[in-house]
Amino acid sequence: MRDKRITLDDAVGQLRSGMTIGLGGWGSRRKPMAFVRAILRSDVKDLTVVTYGGPDLGLLCSAGKVKKAYYGFVSLDSAPFYDPWFSKARTEGAIVAREMDEGMVKCGLEAAAARLPFLPIRAGLGSDVQNFWGDELQTVTSPYPDASGKHETLIAMPALNLDVAFVHLNIGDAHGNAGYQGVDPYFDDLYCLAAEKRFVSVEKIVETEQLVKEVPLQQLILNRMMVDGVVEAPNGAHFTLAGESYGRDEKFQRHYAEAAKTPESWQAFVDRFLSGSEDDYQAAVEKFHADSEKTGEQA
Amino acid sequence: MTSTETITRAEYCAIACADIFAGAGEIMASPMSTMSQIGARLARLTTEPDLLITDGEALILADTPAVGAKGAIEGWMPFRKVFDVVASGRRHVVMGANQIDRYGNQNLSAFGPLQQPTRQMFGVRGAPGNTINHATSYWVGKHNKRVFCDKVDVVAGVGWDKVDPENPAYKYLNVYRVVTNLGVFDFGGPGHTFRALSLHPGVTADEVADNTSFEVADLADAGVTREPTAEELRIIREVLDPRNLRDREVAA
Repeated sequence: MRDKRITLDDAVGQLRSGMTIGLGGWGSRRKPMAFVRAILRSDVKDLTVVTYGGPDLGLLCSAGKVKKAYYGFVSLDSAPFYDPWFSKARTEGAIVAREMDEGMVKCGLEAAAARLPFLPIRAGLGSDVQNFWGDELQTVTSPYPDASGKHETLIAMPALNLDVAFVHLNIGDAHGNAGYQGVDPYFDDLYCLAAEKRFVSVEKIVETEQLVKEVPLQQLILNRMMVDGVVEAPNGAHFTLAGESYGRDEKFQRHYAEAAKTPESWQAFVDRFLSGSEDDYQAAVEKFHADSEKTGEQA
Repeated sequence: MTSTETITRAEYCAIACADIFAGAGEIMASPMSTMSQIGARLARLTTEPDLLITDGEALILADTPAVGAKGAIEGWMPFRKVFDVVASGRRHVVMGANQIDRYGNQNLSAFGPLQQPTRQMFGVRGAPGNTINHATSYWVGKHNKRVFCDKVDVVAGVGWDKVDPENPAYKYLNVYRVVTNLGVFDFGGPGHTFRALSLHPGVTADEVADNTSFEVADLADAGVTREPTAEELRIIREVLDPRNLRDREVAA
């Protein structure tokens, strides 16, 4: 079995400007944040992003990396809830929004995974989703009549084909087998099935023998066919939660939202946290908590 | 002893939210706010013991604990399975609304033009899929003209006027009820429009009219929201909401 270990920056080095990427997780939960930070360090731009959105999309917007976004929502999942950078990108008209029902995101990834051009879904009918998409979203009429002889016309959810998928799981091996530890798999396996290139970061890499012992088999949602590169990135979902590994860093998330309020405070945030490597980031986060403990702030 | 003499507005709201689920049977209740959570759990502890409720994350609760408290679980409902339930129709969601119009179109996405809003909120979330697939109700803690507006900026939750009679794909749309701090409403007015079912004690028809941008059907004839029973009050006060979170959503 091949050793697929790779660095964050080498994985992101395979991205090209203008590509479509998918980011796993949900809201501010088990997001591939170490990969997102690596994208911030890179020169790529004009990305199209598919996501159950949270601060992953927000941070990419903060650096002007996003041209177009496919999403059902963008949420920090706890106060202040609305992501400041996504809001700014939207209110400035800086990104093309393909907003949709949450279920449509899953449906589009399933279509891509099954190599289908679309899958029918009821969600979206009658709402402004169709107006968000213009001609890019069509309907399809069932060839099968119902009991009264009428035919249902449904949303034809187009395949959300991804050039690259990035996901973060709790544990994996060097070959690309990986599992989640927590209550929800989210849609990470679908992202990988929908993508040409698939990169997974994990809290820890272990031997295959240990992996299958440590995780209930049903939670091994990625096998090595679904993965091109594996990165060991402890705390790689920070500041979002990562199931049994750690909770959301609420204090840091509030700091992120607060820092976005003025250009000066954001520049200070970038200088302090986002100007170096992933190791530098993790060290700066540790210092952030040590400093705030010293000054007696509430965690 | 539970006093029925000093029933708060919030307690009327809680039983009105519980009554949303009357007759629902063995389906998943998905209340998205504290008040509607108290309502769904009250329904389960009184008339609707078969309801499924979750912890708001991925676990189905076997117990009916206080809002925000942990309890024994009976199963697993991760996000992707929620979408399966949505499509199956065995669900009644109670969402919030930044805007809602007389046909029940709802907005929680953004204010302003679609591609360049003036204010961004969550996006449409699950509202399009919820409303087109199964029963949907709304809880609004502050009934005013800003929320109950002539036209929503973004149609997230689909209203009754969007139903295409030629397309049977709309057959499951069921925008069922709206509970607010002022009263209980549905869409039984002319052409599926907003109608008053009952006003909470102390609320006048004028107060509702003054706080709603459009005409409310049957407003003059609406009765008074029923009183909670002593048992319902005990459950609300001692079991489901001992910390009195309900008063944060509706002033006492």
